[in-house]
Amino acid sequence: MSPTQWDLPVELCCRPMAFVTLTGLDVVYNAVHRAVWDAFCANRRADRVPISFKVLPGDHEYPKCRPKRTSYEWYIPKGILKTGWMNKHLNLVPALVVVFYELDWDEPQWKEKQSECATRVEIVRQSLQGRNTKVAVVLIQKKTPLPPGEDVIASERAAALCNACELSGKSLFVLPHTDHLVGYIIRLENAFYEHAQTYYYTEIRRVKSHKEFLNKTTHQLLFVRHQFKIAFFSELKQDTQNALKNYRTAYNLVHELRAHETNILEIKTMAGFINYKICRLCFQHNTPLDAIAQFRKHIDLCKKKIGSAELSFEHAAWMSKQFQAFGDLFDEAIKLGLTAIQTQNPGFYYQQAAYYAQERKQLAKSLCNHEASVMYPNPDPLETQTGVLDFYGQRSWRQGILSFDLSDPEKEKVGVLAIQLKERNVAHSEIIITLLSNAVAQFKKYKCPRMKSHLMVQMGEEYYYAKDYTKALKLLDYVMCDYRSEGWWTLLTSILTTALKCSYLMAQLKDYITYSLELLGRASTLKDDQKSRIEKNLINVLMNESPDPEPDCDIFAGKTAQKLWADRISLAGSNIFTIGVQDFVPFVQCKAKFHAPSFHVDVPVEFDIYLKADCPHPIRFSKLCVSFNNQEYNQFCVIEEASKANEVLENPTQGKMCLVPGKTRKLLFKFVAKTEDVGKKIEITSVDLALGNETGRCVVLNWQGGGGDAASSQEALQAARSFKRRPKLPDNEVHWDSIIIQASTMIISRVPNISVHLQHEPPALTNEMYCLVVTVQSHEKTQIRDVKLTAGLKPGQDANLTQKTHVTLHGTELCDESYPALLTDIPVGDLHPGEQLEKMLYVRCGTVGSRMFLVYVSYLINTTAEEKEIVCKCHKDETVTIETVFPFDVAVKFVSTKFEHLERVYADIPFLLMTDLLSASPWALTVVSSELQLAPSMTTVDQLESQVDNVVLQTGESASECFCLRCPSLGNVEGGVATGHYIISWKRTSAMENIPVIRTVITLPHVIVENIPLHVNADLPSFGRVRESLPVKYHLQNKTDFVQDVEISVEPSDAFMFSGLKQIRLPAQAFYSYQYFCQATGSTHG
Amino acid sequence: MAVCIAVIAKENYPLYIRSTPTENELRFHYMVHTSLDVVDEKISAMGKALVDQRELYLGLLYPTEDYKVYGYVTNSKVKFVMVVDSSNTALRDNEIRSMFRKLHNSYTDVMCNPFYNPGDRIQSSGSVSLSRAFDNMVTSMMIQVC
Repeated sequence: MSPTQWDLPVELCCRPMAFVTLTGLDVVYNAVHRAVWDAFCANRRADRVPISFKVLPGDHEYPKCRPKRTSYEWYIPKGILKTGWMNKHLNLVPALVVVFYELDWDEPQWKEKQSECATRVEIVRQSLQGRNTKVAVVLIQKKTPLPPGEDVIASERAAALCNACELSGKSLFVLPHTDHLVGYIIRLENAFYEHAQTYYYTEIRRVKSHKEFLNKTTHQLLFVRHQFKIAFFSELKQDTQNALKNYRTAYNLVHELRAHETNILEIKTMAGFINYKICRLCFQHNTPLDAIAQFRKHIDLCKKKIGSAELSFEHAAWMSKQFQAFGDLFDEAIKLGLTAIQTQNPGFYYQQAAYYAQERKQLAKSLCNHEASVMYPNPDPLETQTGVLDFYGQRSWRQGILSFDLSDPEKEKVGVLAIQLKERNVAHSEIIITLLSNAVAQFKKYKCPRMKSHLMVQMGEEYYYAKDYTKALKLLDYVMCDYRSEGWWTLLTSILTTALKCSYLMAQLKDYITYSLELLGRASTLKDDQKSRIEKNLINVLMNESPDPEPDCDIFAGKTAQKLWADRISLAGSNIFTIGVQDFVPFVQCKAKFHAPSFHVDVPVEFDIYLKADCPHPIRFSKLCVSFNNQEYNQFCVIEEASKANEVLENPTQGKMCLVPGKTRKLLFKFVAKTEDVGKKIEITSVDLALGNETGRCVVLNWQGGGGDAASSQEALQAARSFKRRPKLPDNEVHWDSIIIQASTMIISRVPNISVHLQHEPPALTNEMYCLVVTVQSHEKTQIRDVKLTAGLKPGQDANLTQKTHVTLHGTELCDESYPALLTDIPVGDLHPGEQLEKMLYVRCGTVGSRMFLVYVSYLINTTAEEKEIVCKCHKDETVTIETVFPFDVAVKFVSTKFEHLERVYADIPFLLMTDLLSASPWALTVVSSELQLAPSMTTVDQLESQVDNVVLQTGESASECFCLRCPSLGNVEGGVATGHYIISWKRTSAMENIPVIRTVITLPHVIVENIPLHVNADLPSFGRVRESLPVKYHLQNKTDFVQDVEISVEPSDAFMFSGLKQIRLPAQAFYSYQYFCQATGSTHG
Repeated sequence: MAVCIAVIAKENYPLYIRSTPTENELRFHYMVHTSLDVVDEKISAMGKALVDQRELYLGLLYPTEDYKVYGYVTNSKVKFVMVVDSSNTALRDNEIRSMFRKLHNSYTDVMCNPFYNPGDRIQSSGSVSLSRAFDNMVTSMMIQVC
């Protein structure tokens, strides 16, 4: 955008820098000069002193200085600040003029050169007559200078040159053209900067000195002007603290001026300028709160200074600009590191600027509505001779006139007219939209999503006013969902109304229909008459006709729109619009509900579609179809009515296809599920409701899943919370809120009509072939086919069980590791109604514990559902838990030949092994046989034949055997000597003949074998007779390799009489046995 | 004194909103809606402060040229927003605070009514007597001149 009257001038907004001109540099043809100039101006970083340089020819004419006023007595100022003043001091009047001159100290023609240089300085001085501008000379030298004081010629000649040029020594510089150019230049410009500061200091003093001549009555304007100038010079001097102080004084002085309709604009303009400077400096000093406070004060002071009512839009424009400029300053400060907050950020100022811009537009609209015949005045009262105003904020047709009375009312009228006509051409909307979009960018940054949405709505509306309907729709459409999701229906309705207008004016069919659908819906807060109108339009559109124009539309745009709609009709063709409703709130609500969470495959799946219209008049739909995740069912769930387009209106209350407002319509659907879908979920993926006709225009409302739109989840929540009693309705009607969407159902298999019976005798015994009798009986009315049995260990139990459980159908042979734990799909054949079959199953459990067994019977049956033949697969399962126990306990003990308990056995001495088999089974057991398998280290004394063959043991009974064994000497064996195995062959007594016998092997315990040196064996008769002799024979056996001395003494008891040697001493040979006889005679008492 | 009074549900949809009938109603709706930005921010800044020590009054939410918007949030995150004319200097923080407290009490009465279903819009609910007391109280706040 080109700068407008209200934009702040560039020279006000820039940062003032000391102005220094460089002369005598030929930057075009002289490479050395070019390098010098580049060093001054190229790549100036922030750490360099703030100077603005300009290269000018030596004979440049500077602005003439007006003769100094000696008295202000008769002087009446014509305005506050001249328009050219700031620019003059920024870009035209230098603080310092530098004369560059190539001259080395050892120049042979020194005299001539010196006088030429002096002449140049003189020319510059001439041009600056009357100004305090400083002059400095820089000598560009080829040689590197010697250190100060060493070059005698140099100091002599320097003094001479200063003299010739009337310069102080401080204003003469040497610039050796050597390698370190930039370093020299930086030193030079620092020196220049000091000179410039001195200059601005004297300027400030000069302006201040005027003060004493001024008086409060006639020179009020000058007070402001001078104060402003002081502040501005302070800024040039980079003394921002003083600048701020002086601007503040100036600001107060501006408001002390007598304000009148004629000068109010000038006062406001200047107040605006000064305020801008103050705020800018406050931000620069990092005191943003001061800036904000100043701005608020400024606005409060100026808000009511509207000025001429005929030009009140000017005030709005000015206010808008004030806010915008402050917003810009604020934003700039943030970019430099200031932190803003949510409630205090530039966005608010842009927003306010936009409000004033809107106000300006409104005012302009009412004030500038001249007839087309009103011509722009000629000559143009807004033209001035120079093309610019002399003073800021004055009227071009009465510049410099201070009188409050209008000297020429006619001229004034023409001027006002000119301004008004000009205002008419301003692109207000463009200004407003720019400001709003600035604000949007800010609010986005400061976490204000709702403020952002609000501003975007305003932008959209502004685009609508500016007739850019595409952009308007884009913005409105973008923010609609925010208001919808938060349930602000009033605001949503307002936005939709504008959007509907836009889509009407562009004849955008789909948008027009969408917005209409929502404006008719329950989220819309429109009155019924409005809704009626929209519904009528919607029906018209669906019948391929033009809708009536929307109210309050621009007349011209409305005409265009009518043409567009007419074109749309002639272009009739593919006019089917599918609109997804999940993102908005249409006027038809839909809920789908399966009757049950699951259906057996042989009964039809039933569900209802509930529809409810919220529009004011009944509406007819043409088609309803439901889609499923298995698309094969789609064909069964379609309702269609072949109605002609014109019937839509004629017969509105009849038929299934008509929705009466507020009434819930229930539509029942039924279909038979496919047998392949048993165990699967059937889901309604979408419901499509078509309004209108395919010959005209057709809108398909598409609900995802089982219905529901953008607002329904919240409504469902509210309904669930509510404990309000709903009024009773007739039986066939339901409350909309009480319908809960059920969009999916499971298809489950047909209920089996067979019985599965298990017969067995628990518990199972370890390792036996446990018999399980499965009886299957059919109760079906027809034959069942393909009966299959799956039986065995139920999967999903302990993995070790699988290893230790084996199942077989053949009980005649023992099963081993290779048999599975579960037999699957054993074909059993067909069964007629009532027939039953039996199947034996043998299970072998290798470990004790409980197991779950599964018996699963599946079959096929032909049946009908809804007159449709289907083959159903049914199945029934039974599980049973079977405990496995040990059949018996085996106890083994070692005893001596005298049946005395032995801890250990003695080498070569016979002993007895006794086994004791205790039945633990609740069922009778038959011990078929037993067998003792001796370890090689053991020998038997007599025959090892089983003593328990074919013994039947009842629960708790035991069977014992005894074997006489001997263990040869083996030396000392750690842990004892292995004995061998005891093998029992057994079966259940009740088991059938062909059931194999089970061999249970028991490992016998180890026994400790001990060597003894002497073995005594007494040979006693089993009985004696009184008074008869009883021969007692003792065998003594030496088990050692050596001859032993043995002393034997016999101590008879009193009951016996004794004969034979009572005491004997004899040597016993190794491995030799002795027999020793003695006789005793005795009697027993009692 | 107040030009607009609004009650906003926890989920940020309006439960009740009333503004001076002479003014542009929509403008106040927008104003209340945008003020929720600040309310949200203030609530999240409060964080998990001790519930019984929490200050319910949120103070001035944001100033516009013509109006001041104040906020208040109950422990169940129901918000009250009040818009006051900027020129009305008689209303100071304390007055606003007590107005909010009155509003809160009145709202509590509505909640205690067994016929009110929490979350329903107060104005639009079927029973008239339900919201009448609340409505009257709001009316008194809106016309009463300090």
